[in-house]
Amino acid sequence: MSHVLVVYTDDEPGVLTRVASLFRRRGFNIHSLTVGPTERPEVSRMTVVVDTDEATARRAVEHLRKLVNVLEVQQLGSGGVNVVRDLALIRVSAGPSKRSEVLQLVEVFRANVVDIAEDTLVIECTGSLAKIEALVDTLRPFGIIELGRTGAVAMARGTPVSRKAAIAPLRTGTSSGSMSV
Amino acid sequence: MSEAESRTGAQLIWESLVREGVDTVFGYPGGAILPTYDAMTEYPVRHVLVRHEQSAVHMADGYARASGRVGVVVATSGPGATNLVTGLATAMLDSTPLVAITGQVGSGLLGTDAFQEVDITGITLPVTKHNYLVTRAEDVVPAIREAFAVARSGRPGPVLVDITKDAQQSRATLDWEGAKPWRHQRHLPPPLDQAALAEALELIRQAKRPIILAGHGIQLSGARAEVLALAERADIPFALTLLGLGAVPATHPLSLGMMGMHGEAWVNRAIQEADLLLAFGMRFDDRVTGKLKEYAPHAKKIHIDIDASELNKLVPVDVAIAADLGDVLRALLPEVPVADRSAWLGSIRGWRGDSAVRDIKNLPDDGHLYAAHVMHDLWRLTKGEAVVVTDVGQHQMWEAQYYKHDGERSLLTSGGAGTMGFALPAAIGAKLARPEAEVWVVAGDGGFQMTFAELMTAVQEDVKVNIAVINNGFLGMVRQWQALFYEGRYAATPILSPDFVKLAEAFGIHGQRVDTRGEVAAAVEGARAAKGTALIEFKVEQEDSVYPMVPAGAALHDMIRRPSPSVLAETGSDPV
Repeated sequence: MSHVLVVYTDDEPGVLTRVASLFRRRGFNIHSLTVGPTERPEVSRMTVVVDTDEATARRAVEHLRKLVNVLEVQQLGSGGVNVVRDLALIRVSAGPSKRSEVLQLVEVFRANVVDIAEDTLVIECTGSLAKIEALVDTLRPFGIIELGRTGAVAMARGTPVSRKAAIAPLRTGTSSGSMSV
Repeated sequence: MSEAESRTGAQLIWESLVREGVDTVFGYPGGAILPTYDAMTEYPVRHVLVRHEQSAVHMADGYARASGRVGVVVATSGPGATNLVTGLATAMLDSTPLVAITGQVGSGLLGTDAFQEVDITGITLPVTKHNYLVTRAEDVVPAIREAFAVARSGRPGPVLVDITKDAQQSRATLDWEGAKPWRHQRHLPPPLDQAALAEALELIRQAKRPIILAGHGIQLSGARAEVLALAERADIPFALTLLGLGAVPATHPLSLGMMGMHGEAWVNRAIQEADLLLAFGMRFDDRVTGKLKEYAPHAKKIHIDIDASELNKLVPVDVAIAADLGDVLRALLPEVPVADRSAWLGSIRGWRGDSAVRDIKNLPDDGHLYAAHVMHDLWRLTKGEAVVVTDVGQHQMWEAQYYKHDGERSLLTSGGAGTMGFALPAAIGAKLARPEAEVWVVAGDGGFQMTFAELMTAVQEDVKVNIAVINNGFLGMVRQWQALFYEGRYAATPILSPDFVKLAEAFGIHGQRVDTRGEVAAAVEGARAAKGTALIEFKVEQEDSVYPMVPAGAALHDMIRRPSPSVLAETGSDPV
């Protein structure tokens, strides 16, 4: 079963290694991991999707909380209570005879064409993991030449339960920005 | 020097250590850490020069375990740093607070495979609580202050601070207050969960056959008095993990002794028959539980540990409380009903009687020297008041079985990692932390040969430790497994030793050999009376085994018992 963890960390070199190393060492299977900046320049935000049972996911959260660089960990609930989005770029074979058919499908999925070459199209699609998988399955008969996905970025719907640690202002005076790995 | 005056990074390192209360460091100099060594003489810190960096970590570990203070290690880059890894892993698994400071090549050379450059922060990531690469003098103090805070807080552990040579050489001003650490407090345990406390109380109230599983966390939390108060008030016996020995007194009437793979049979049986386990500061290690599926099948379980990731890890529990043990027990105690559980205690005593007849301690002296006898005599002669530092293997288990530890921090041993070579260096560290204590090393002939170069460190530093080398001519625990599970094929387990008496002489220390039980007492007294470090080689029965034993993967009650005394008396040796 998939569990979505949102991890707020210091924006420092090496933090990704610490998180990835933890998952590897404890044998937690990562489905996807994305990382990017947040509304605060000194804080990064990771979305980690792990394939595991509930007890293991909870243990992963407790292990993450032991990392000095981790500000806050949220385990998002399952079902429709989260917004989970993935972005895919799909290069699909689409010669002149097939092109209009592919373009129609792109329309149905509310995806975009971002590159047109002689025999191929590059399609950009944003959506839930299921939507992207459905588009990929639909395009497969045409011949998928290249597929790239970002992995999930997730956010809980409504007012967040706890962003206490993430919202609290960072204390100044430590040169934490450059002292860590 | 005022705070406003600038200092070199090297000076800032020592300034930070002294302000953190450090008076002793264990280390070995080298190129990348030279600026720091050069500045050392300006500060009131004792430096202990080791013979190998691995021993420096074990010494700092022994220093920390014996005293509760943070142990400090200094080493150079490259091989100096990589030699720390085993010691850091040892400290990590046994929750010892350490700070290791390593030199690193200049920041301009990082990533170029420069001479003695090794990515030590990468290498030590999984065996430290946290680590730092410091490349600027102004980051030295914040990194070291935070390192101490991280090492001490929550579940303690080792932290490494890698400092480039140019960061040691360049200058910065000291801003101690501005460097006050705070990130270690990001995940303090939440306030005590009152609902969980109420559930725990209800389970204690209902229990007919409860047992306390007493772990290392009792010592780390300083909760000895609270654990004893709870045990006495509710009349609950306690069984101890290896690292829990000494956390609560072995001679207490409610003490059952050690549990697990080499725990006494009646202790393991009591756990299997219990209807409630109160796990205090322990982590259900595989050496303690045996086969998980059949572990304590009738028992409800309450688990209290400061590390939330340990809860429900291997053994699902009914009440899990992530908090400081002392805090929890202080909250529980007034509510715990006074109880009389003499029926339960009586049945445990009954099982104990059956085991006592097999106890090697009760065997007549038949001319063979048994390690168990040596441990028993050592306990008697030192009145159980010594700090004993054991290595890893059979002697470690015999010590745990036959030396009754009453005092806190009186047994130091590598439990989680099982690091051979730990005992001698850790004992030197322990003696430096507690000069008034009588410190004994108990090591096998195998492990002692891994780090005995540190005898010279003891001599150079004028440290007195007493050493009992239990020499059976084998890597005994591995031999025992070969005898039991590999049809007696002794692959690579017979091991030769030097003449230990001559070795002692070469190091300029007192040395003696003992072959029979009759000589044990005089030798122990001789070692105690010797002015400096003293070594006794006990030539013990070669193929004796540690009993009882839960084979790896077997259920806890499924123990291999010591053959009956009549068999032993006839053959004089282990018939396996």
